[in-house]
Amino acid sequence: MAMRQQVLYLWLAEGALDTETIGWAFHDGSSGKGPQLPEGEPPYPTGLAALEDGWCLFQSPAPHPLYPGTEYDVSYPANEFVFERRVDS
Amino acid sequence: MPAPNHKLTTQEMARFVADGFLRFDALIPDEINQTIIEELRLLEENKINQIVGLPADAGGPPRPASLTPLSQCYGAPSVLGAMLNLPEVQGIIESLVGPDPLFDHDFVHRLPAGSTYHQHLHVDAVIDSADPTFDIQLFYYPQDVAPNAGGTRFVPATHLRRTRAEGVSRFQHLLGEQQFSGTAGTLMVFHHGLWHAGQPNPSDVDRWMYKIRLNPSVSQVKRWDMGDFEQIHNDASDHTFALMRHDSVAQIFRTMQPWQKGHESRYEQMQRARLWRYLSDDPSFDVDYYHTRIEQRGQLTGEQH
Repeated sequence: MAMRQQVLYLWLAEGALDTETIGWAFHDGSSGKGPQLPEGEPPYPTGLAALEDGWCLFQSPAPHPLYPGTEYDVSYPANEFVFERRVDS
Repeated sequence: MPAPNHKLTTQEMARFVADGFLRFDALIPDEINQTIIEELRLLEENKINQIVGLPADAGGPPRPASLTPLSQCYGAPSVLGAMLNLPEVQGIIESLVGPDPLFDHDFVHRLPAGSTYHQHLHVDAVIDSADPTFDIQLFYYPQDVAPNAGGTRFVPATHLRRTRAEGVSRFQHLLGEQQFSGTAGTLMVFHHGLWHAGQPNPSDVDRWMYKIRLNPSVSQVKRWDMGDFEQIHNDASDHTFALMRHDSVAQIFRTMQPWQKGHESRYEQMQRARLWRYLSDDPSFDVDYYHTRIEQRGQLTGEQH
């Protein structure tokens, strides 16, 4: 048995962890041997719901100063929260 | 449904500005759908030969060079040319990029039955210019594509995002994403910036798709059928928090995709309004007053937004 990391990205509607999930990505270091995501799209309705299911948050987005001239641009979904779960596999 | 002259309506153009794509089911007749595969097969072979340095002598129509006017591409008896010259297809093209756009490139996307090829989401080419002009990409499916049988995956309304392909790849799933399935002869038209990805084809049928990118060579202003323009084109006072219309272009631009939740939708509206200002040649157009409020104040100090 060795420890492997599972990583979950959730993109939320706003900068708060309890806002709605709009996108997600899952990378499974256990190659499918560890627990998988819950059924449903999205797998968790909010970031808080992922915490409640045992995921550990290790990165959240901080608001950043806006560059003059780009204040109204839209780009990558910005509210990216990254979680991990360590599993034996 | 386009206008009787085959051009898009204002309603359809506004939908394209909001969502970044339009879909026309079974637009291409079966006599073309059933004969075009052989020509696509030759084009594919020639393209692959060229890429690997072999003579592109498989036959079929001459392959156009970039910058060739579309009217000079795929002349008779090319079946592909017949498809591109259909009045229904020409009407769509002209509405979006004006008459006789330039050939950028094309590609035959054949996904063999059982293919496990899986692309990340991406946006084609390089990060977009700052101006609102745009190219279109036609995605033509000459055969039926069953659900989850290799149809192109795409995310509606991502086309106005200023992004690079390598940054988009991290988004495995976004709410509201779609994977194409549909009947033979269906044509999809994408704004060049729409995020999309090839998908596996677990079915037992090869999936064929022809994609062509076209560049406008003239202004894209008011190229569509203007029959409903005055009726739905709103002025800058159409404002959710004051007086709003429910039958206007602004109302179409207020409609967000499932992944566009939260306050960022206001900036999405501003980007849609900016593109509509260009297409409609109305620099005062607005949705929910976001541009106008700032511009009004900017005039006080002589600064323009």
